[in-house]
Amino acid sequence: MSPYSECCEGYALINQLEGSEETMQLAVLLIFILAACVPWLYGKHKDRTSKLLALLPAGLTLWFAQFIPEIASGNTIIHEHAWIPGLDISFTMMLDGLSLMFALLICFIGTFILIYAGNYLKGHPSLPRFLVILMSFMGSMLGLVLSDNLITLFVFWELTSITSYLLIGFNHHQADVRKAALQGLIVTVAGGLALLAGLVMLAYVSGSYSLQEIFNSNQVLTEHPLYAGMLICLLLGAFTKSAQFPFHFWLPNAMAAPTPVSAYLHSATMVKAGIYLMARLQPELGGTALWMTLLTSFGAFTMFTGAFLAIRSTDLKKLLAYSTVMALGTLTLLLGIGTELAMMAFAAYLVGHSLYKGALFMLAGIVDHETGTRDVTQLGGLRYLMPITAICTLVAAFSLAGLPPLFGFVAKELMLDALVQSSLSKWILLLVIASSVLVVAVAAIIAIKPFFGTLQSTPKKAHEAPLELLAGPVVLTSLSLLMGLMPGLAGQWFVLPAAASVWSQPIDGYLSLWHGFNWALLISFISLGLGILVFKRWESVRSILSLLNPLIQRGPEAGYFRFMDGIVYIAQWQTSLLQNGSMRSYLRTIILTFVLLTGYTLTQRYQLHWNWDVSVYLHEIIVALLLVTAAVTACITHSRLGAVAAMGVVGYAVALFFTLFSAPDLAITQILVETLTVILLVLVLFRLPGFGNISTTAERGRDAAVAILTGILITLLIMVTIDIQLFPPISDYMIENSQPLAYGRNIVNVILVDYRALDTLGEIFVLALAAMGVYAMIKFRPDTAPGANHYAGTLILPPKNTFTSENDDVTPLTDPDQFSSPSAQLNKHKQEDV
Amino acid sequence: MEPIMAIVTGCLYASAIYMMLRRSIVKLVIGLMLLSNAANLLIFTSAGMTRGAPPLIPLGAMQPDGIIADPLPQALILTAIVIAFGVLAFAVVLIHRAYNIIHTDNLDEMKDTDT
Amino acid sequence: MMKPGTLILHVAARFLVPLQLVFSVFLLLRGHNEPGGGFIAGLVASGAFALYLFTFGAAVTRDLMRVDPRNFIGVGLLIAMLSAFPAWFHGQAFLTAQWWPILLPGGTEIKLSTPLFFDIGVYLTVLGSVMTMLVALTETEER
Repeated sequence: MSPYSECCEGYALINQLEGSEETMQLAVLLIFILAACVPWLYGKHKDRTSKLLALLPAGLTLWFAQFIPEIASGNTIIHEHAWIPGLDISFTMMLDGLSLMFALLICFIGTFILIYAGNYLKGHPSLPRFLVILMSFMGSMLGLVLSDNLITLFVFWELTSITSYLLIGFNHHQADVRKAALQGLIVTVAGGLALLAGLVMLAYVSGSYSLQEIFNSNQVLTEHPLYAGMLICLLLGAFTKSAQFPFHFWLPNAMAAPTPVSAYLHSATMVKAGIYLMARLQPELGGTALWMTLLTSFGAFTMFTGAFLAIRSTDLKKLLAYSTVMALGTLTLLLGIGTELAMMAFAAYLVGHSLYKGALFMLAGIVDHETGTRDVTQLGGLRYLMPITAICTLVAAFSLAGLPPLFGFVAKELMLDALVQSSLSKWILLLVIASSVLVVAVAAIIAIKPFFGTLQSTPKKAHEAPLELLAGPVVLTSLSLLMGLMPGLAGQWFVLPAAASVWSQPIDGYLSLWHGFNWALLISFISLGLGILVFKRWESVRSILSLLNPLIQRGPEAGYFRFMDGIVYIAQWQTSLLQNGSMRSYLRTIILTFVLLTGYTLTQRYQLHWNWDVSVYLHEIIVALLLVTAAVTACITHSRLGAVAAMGVVGYAVALFFTLFSAPDLAITQILVETLTVILLVLVLFRLPGFGNISTTAERGRDAAVAILTGILITLLIMVTIDIQLFPPISDYMIENSQPLAYGRNIVNVILVDYRALDTLGEIFVLALAAMGVYAMIKFRPDTAPGANHYAGTLILPPKNTFTSENDDVTPLTDPDQFSSPSAQLNKHKQEDV
Repeated sequence: MEPIMAIVTGCLYASAIYMMLRRSIVKLVIGLMLLSNAANLLIFTSAGMTRGAPPLIPLGAMQPDGIIADPLPQALILTAIVIAFGVLAFAVVLIHRAYNIIHTDNLDEMKDTDT
Repeated sequence: MMKPGTLILHVAARFLVPLQLVFSVFLLLRGHNEPGGGFIAGLVASGAFALYLFTFGAAVTRDLMRVDPRNFIGVGLLIAMLSAFPAWFHGQAFLTAQWWPILLPGGTEIKLSTPLFFDIGVYLTVLGSVMTMLVALTETEER
């Protein structure tokens, strides 16, 4: 037992005391409720809406901030709410160091994103829609990091996937945007499926869906036989969400989103969800060789891939996107290392990255917004025109490169320190050094290229951005600087509690700017020097790297496209196989499946005994023979009239049976319906061609065999069922109470209008629908409306004005030659269809 | 009586299925009608058959005299008969419409009409 | 067949239709106690109009019915739906039967009830549905 778990038991008391509170649930729901109010708010406040909306995350930031002292002292706050207790699904929220850090980042950065988006998309006709989705995304993300229940967590996880899909695809009228959004959705949701499997396994192994209970139980999950499968499923979910190699390709494509979305999704939220999940499960699942190997190797490789692809890009947003991939790889790598130092580095790096990346994206958006381009090769010398933007970008990029005195430096030093002190293989260290060199170069490109050098002409006349756009970057970069100058304070209250949650023990350490002369500092210096060198030679580096393009084009993204093509191919193949359009083959398949399955069950489960010892009267035999003869006649006759007559005999014979066996109501109904059916058939059936003799004898034989098999099965089925009584019949109750309670002596009618009146109500609706369907098919003849032939063969009605008014249906617009000779119609249709 | 009715119902089902598997749409209609009759008889027979005891309560009494036929399947069948008529009418008119547009009564030739 | 038919059919239709309609109402009202009820009565009434339809054609039948048969469907469904609601005022489950016995001056008692209204709704829906289909079909036939 670690000291920490003792603490946990101590805090269990507090948990119970606060169990009745549900304010955290309210906080999450409030965001969704406000999201629903956006259209109304927008109608009243127009461009001020986003600033009003920003009040909520701002308030929530303050509200969450009040928990900092309590969380920093190691407590966990739980707000319980039962949801579906029977399935162990609750809406319980848990706030510990890790959740709090995420919640603060989500709300804090979200505040500025909202203000920024309001100006960035000012006057855009779809701004309300954008704000609705952005708020919903914020709520989902907050719910995700606060959920204590695995299923609730999964629901929020999928909600973030869906809302981010809508956000990325905001400009849905562009085909490539739709494609990028769909790609992000498919990759993350496919991972989500694996995640669900992993979560169910986790709950199965640990015996609970509650994270708290999983933590507090002393089970060792890592030695369970399901551990490997469970871990791989969970990691698939986390890797796809957090864009780890080989799933990294969706993230740069998601840059098709408006910049506020990129700034939010790729700094503190969406892509960090996978990181959050891994960090959340680290105490229970981490520490094994498998965990270490998977996370460190995938993390390191992702890190390098991101940095490498970044240096090839010239688009500001792409540069940032790939550097995000790099950062995500770093975080995964640190989680894989799993030492105390690594956890500190993890938390610090996560905060540092969120701050500078959020700022950088917003700044890139400003440059794009004000100049009309974000290609760094076409930008230059903007420092006089946009001084504040230039300063902010410089500071944030320094943080990205890991230069003192910014928080990025603190985080990077910790990261390198953790790496050097761990026992990882040399090639991982090499990858890390290579990527830090490249990141320095990337930071230099972002900071220097657009703002220094000679002023270049841009599509738009550049000038400094308005306050709303600058507010976010300025605050976030100042925070980077402030936290870098006071790392101890930030660490104690904010970073280290989060690290403690991941480490599951209090952290014995502190954050500082100066660590003395050590390996980490040396690596920093080397990578700084090499990075600047790479920056100086960027053009030639890029042209050399372009030789690798064929290799990159065959990367994982090509695999994704091949996979999607394969799905389409399989769908086509199975559609042509199973849904070939022939109704008869469908019918045959359905019937044979029914016969086989029911027949198998029947022979396996039940005893068949023929009870011939029953009383039968001669007249009943005669009716039975009549019925069978009529049915067979209907099948083999060659004339329609003969078939209709035989059907009449069948109907009346059935009515006779109803009469003989105590069903007067049925007999009357059957006779009346039979009469009406004959009228119907006379009206329609004889307008159709006579019986053709199209089938071959072999086909007939095959169909007859299917039919006879079904008949035999039905006979056996009846023979079995009449002897079986699985439940006492409910009709006993109906018979007993028919007169005393329902005041009716005709029990059948009482059932229809009283006991089972709801069924009858549904049935008369069906009848009414059938009648309206018939009416629509007869009265609305779209192919008679001028120029409306494309509706032919569908039940879609053409626009109303092609018809005469509703009241005029005494003289309907029917096709005059509708019932005329087929050849005349054939000609007409040939004319129309060609 | 039930074994005989079981065989009769089986025969009805067999002829219904046979007719539904034909190519001619008119035969499909006949098959549908046979099938609805067969299904009604299936329910009627499996509930057990009683002679001369309709589910009615004599005037002035609270309970029926002795054993009566089960009213529940009768209520089910009653609505089924009426609905079968509605559905039949719908099917017949639909087939007629299809015939008028496609000009074939062969089901196999109707399968490529999506476009 | 759709042309004005024989004399006997004409006369028979004129006399049979009112009789059948009265009979259908009789079947409807007694349905709770004896064989009959909304479905059967609706079918009998449809049969009556169908006979008229065959004899005199669609236009004349429409005149006789005065109301478009589609309206019967709507009114029938509405009545059936409305009969579900009185139970709510007594806090009972949806569609629970309510009975209001009314004593007539002659000493006979008439029992008004939601099942009766429900059955009337069924009657009108069945009548409306069948007649909608048949009239529409006959009209296309006549053109």
